[in-house]
Amino acid sequence: MSSLADKYLRGHKMPHIWCPGCGNGIITHAVLRAIDQLQWERDDIVIVSGIGCSSRAPGYLDFNTLHTTHGRALAFATGVKHGNPRLKVIVLTGDGDCAAIGGNHLIHACRRNIDITAIVYNNSIYGMTSGQFSPLTPTGSLATTAPYGNIDRAFDLCDLATAAGASFVARSTTYHANHLRDMIVHGLQNEGFSLIEAMTHCPTYFGRRNRIGGPVEMLKMQQEQAIPVQRAASMTQEQLEGKYLIGELHNQQMPEFCALYEQVIQKAGGGNQR
Amino acid sequence: MDNNPPLKRVIVREQWCKACGICIAFCPRQALSADTSGKPTWNTDVCVRCGLCEQRCPDFAIYLEEVNALG
Repeated sequence: MSSLADKYLRGHKMPHIWCPGCGNGIITHAVLRAIDQLQWERDDIVIVSGIGCSSRAPGYLDFNTLHTTHGRALAFATGVKHGNPRLKVIVLTGDGDCAAIGGNHLIHACRRNIDITAIVYNNSIYGMTSGQFSPLTPTGSLATTAPYGNIDRAFDLCDLATAAGASFVARSTTYHANHLRDMIVHGLQNEGFSLIEAMTHCPTYFGRRNRIGGPVEMLKMQQEQAIPVQRAASMTQEQLEGKYLIGELHNQQMPEFCALYEQVIQKAGGGNQR
Repeated sequence: MDNNPPLKRVIVREQWCKACGICIAFCPRQALSADTSGKPTWNTDVCVRCGLCEQRCPDFAIYLEEVNALG
C-alpha cells in the first residue's frame, strides 16, 4: 500500500521547500485528500497558483498545473475554465497574492460565479519575501514593514467574497485538518465560485516576530481562536472578541458563468462549433 | 464492527521529515516521541491508528500503511 503522497506528488521534487512546521503542507495535503475522496480523474483537474510560498504548491502536485504571475492565478484560471468548461479548476493562492495584488481578480471571479474553487492559504504575512504585512495581517501584529504594529484593519476575506457574489464560502484551519478537507470537498462540489479560507501559520516570519512560539503553539492558537459557526450562534459579541468563525459561512446557488456563456453561444448560433 | 480490521503501521519518511514536532505534540495517545534529531519514533503498543499525525504533517513525512496479516 502507498500513501497519498506516492499517488499525487511529484516525488522527485520532494522534500518541499517550506520551512519546518509550515502549515502550507497541511493545506496541500487536505486538498489531495479532498480530491481523492471525490475520486476525480487526475487529467480533468487543473491546479493554478500565483506567487508566494503557498503558490509553490502546484509544483509538487502531479496534475495539470500552472504557476502564474503574482495575483493573477484567478485570471489564468478563468481563462482555463472558460476555454474548456469540462475541466475542474482549482486555485491555490496566499493571503497577499489573493487579497492584495490579486484582490480585483478575486472580486470579479466571485461576481461572475465562475466554477472555480479557490483555496486561500492565509498565514497572515508575506512569507516568501520575509514578512511584510498583508491585507489579512491582524491589526496590531508585528511585521518587518510594521515594526511598531500594523495599524491597518484586516479584510474579512469570507465576508468580502460573499458580498462580491461567490456562491460557496467557508473557513477552516490547519489545526482542524479533517474539517478543512470537508470544506474543500464541499467547495469542489459546488457549481460556481467557491472560496475556502484556510487559516494557517507562518512560524518563521509571523510566529517568531510576534512571539507566539513555534508551529505547535501556533496550531494551539488556531484551536483556541476558531469557533464553529453553529456554536457562535449562542455566544455573545464579547465572547467572540478575538475569535473567528469556521465552517460553511455562505452557500447560495446562483447561475454559473460558463453555463450562462454557453447560452450566449447557442443564441449566436455557434453551438455546433464547440 | 469489523472482526478483522486491517492492520496498520506508522511509516516515517526520514528524508522528508523536518522535525517540526507537530505529530508528537498532538498525538492523542502520546504514541510518538522525539528521537535525538527531533523526528518521531512510533510506539506501536499505545497507538490507536487514528491517523491524526498523517493529517497534520506539513511534510507528507508520516503516514499509516495497511499491512496484510501475513506480512
